[in-house]
Amino acid sequence: MTKQIRDFTVVENKNPGNNLFILELACDEVLPELKPGQFVQVKVEGSPDTFLRRPFSIHDVDYGRNTVKLLIQIAGKGTEVLSRLKKGDILNIIYPLGNSFSLPSENARLLLTGGGCGIAPLLFLGKYLNLNGFRPDILLGFRNSERIIEYEEYQNIGKVYLTTEDGSRGERGVLTDHSVLSESRYDMVYCCGPDSMMRAVADYCRKNRTECEVSLEKLMACGFGVCLCCVAETVRGNLCTCIDGPVFNIKDLKW
Amino acid sequence: MVNLGFLIGTLTFKNPVLTASGTFGYGTEFDDFFDVSRLGGIILKGTTMEAREGNAYPRMAETPSGMLNTVGLQNKGIDYFEKNIYPRVSDYDTNVIVNVNGSYVEDYVALTERINKLDKIPAIELNISCPNVKMGGMVFGTNPDSAREVIRAVRAVYSKVLIVKLSPNVTNIVDFARIAEEEGADSVSLINTLLGMAMDVNTMKPSLSTITGGLSGPAIKPVALSMVWQVAKAVKIPVIGIGGIMTASDAIEFILAGATAVQVGTASFIDPVAPVKILEGIESYLVRKGLSDIRDITGIINRDS
Repeated sequence: MTKQIRDFTVVENKNPGNNLFILELACDEVLPELKPGQFVQVKVEGSPDTFLRRPFSIHDVDYGRNTVKLLIQIAGKGTEVLSRLKKGDILNIIYPLGNSFSLPSENARLLLTGGGCGIAPLLFLGKYLNLNGFRPDILLGFRNSERIIEYEEYQNIGKVYLTTEDGSRGERGVLTDHSVLSESRYDMVYCCGPDSMMRAVADYCRKNRTECEVSLEKLMACGFGVCLCCVAETVRGNLCTCIDGPVFNIKDLKW
Repeated sequence: MVNLGFLIGTLTFKNPVLTASGTFGYGTEFDDFFDVSRLGGIILKGTTMEAREGNAYPRMAETPSGMLNTVGLQNKGIDYFEKNIYPRVSDYDTNVIVNVNGSYVEDYVALTERINKLDKIPAIELNISCPNVKMGGMVFGTNPDSAREVIRAVRAVYSKVLIVKLSPNVTNIVDFARIAEEEGADSVSLINTLLGMAMDVNTMKPSLSTITGGLSGPAIKPVALSMVWQVAKAVKIPVIGIGGIMTASDAIEFILAGATAVQVGTASFIDPVAPVKILEGIESYLVRKGLSDIRDITGIINRDS
């Protein structure tokens, strides 16, 4: 897929709380076909401390509006500056980058799972699976009920299960404690979240001989396979998360 | 029409904008963004005889106006290069230059001999300055005797254009430039990254897996510029300036200080079309100044008035 450098205009900057914000960005040219799991590299203007671009998963795509959405957590000065963007502001973006989640075989029982800000690529993936005739289960984990975002969006995609660490909503505990994991069998699990969460899900999948794809987050400079900084240890050696990932089958990872 | 061309040894460069090894992959990664053949040359990423896995993650840390890296020369080795990379890059209508690395003098020589057989590679850049590998690399670049030994051995087996890439992590880089010139190098390129370090105060650990790494980006530009100026005054062979060049104006600073050409490095990570923007900017600068030849300004500050 041809990589492009394009200016996007901020259509909306929504703040669902908890240091998160959702940017809806309109491209100045017609969007190419985008795949769930792919990411963009955003140039942060007006932040002298932010030298490199910032990579973000594509959270949602609306071809009708010619927009993409990014779900971003404020984690440092770069994301702080981005959080203050207003309608009409321009962002320079390199995209589409990276591989994508793979489509499952017919009639496969699917689980989308993730937590925190890691759910960013799951919404786009869920909608994409729906379009391809799948209705996945969705298991989301959060610290507490106040952290839950876009619950209704996920309900449109499939049946939603929740955990919160304090038990304020859904089952108490971490993601992999949820009863649905022992009560249901899945053929394919798609996961994105904090490293420890993805490793726990990978363990569950190995034990149950379930296929599993995870989307990794690594520090990167370029995003298109040149700097070789974002490597993941795989059975085929060090591979770049930006071009060989960010989606990896857990069979390939040295976890 | 403005002339941007020049010679290094017997090799013609159509313009002075090259790309720095390790920041431009094999060029093909940039095909989506611009026509790589517009550049004066591309320096492919560091190559070794055997495949190297490189250093552990994390390999990168962003620092004020720059970044640290510790990739550790990850590459698939010369066999893979010959079979899979060379056929893809040999169609570029520009000088495709291989950056040559090794742990021992014998490795450098053996690799150079292999590359010498590749018709479409008219030059090598001898990397004696990588800060991120334990053996070789900077060991050769920071010890005058070792530097001399490896340059002499490579020169003995290579009659095409030989560029030696110098380390700034020395007391006096001019000494090493002189050694390269004495041993018959056609050019020196400088600077490689500066040794640097960053800490993560939250985890109380170093930011890089190898603790120290190489600093690049605009943060090092003034250091690089002063070294290029010193070296350009001291040697007669062409000097290629590298270090934090983000804009045409940055590149012109190096040229005025004595660089015959420049390499664009870290800038390509942020703006993949930076090299070609810099090329266009140099051209329009010359037009604006009413000059017809880049050589009119090369090292202008070093000339007797």
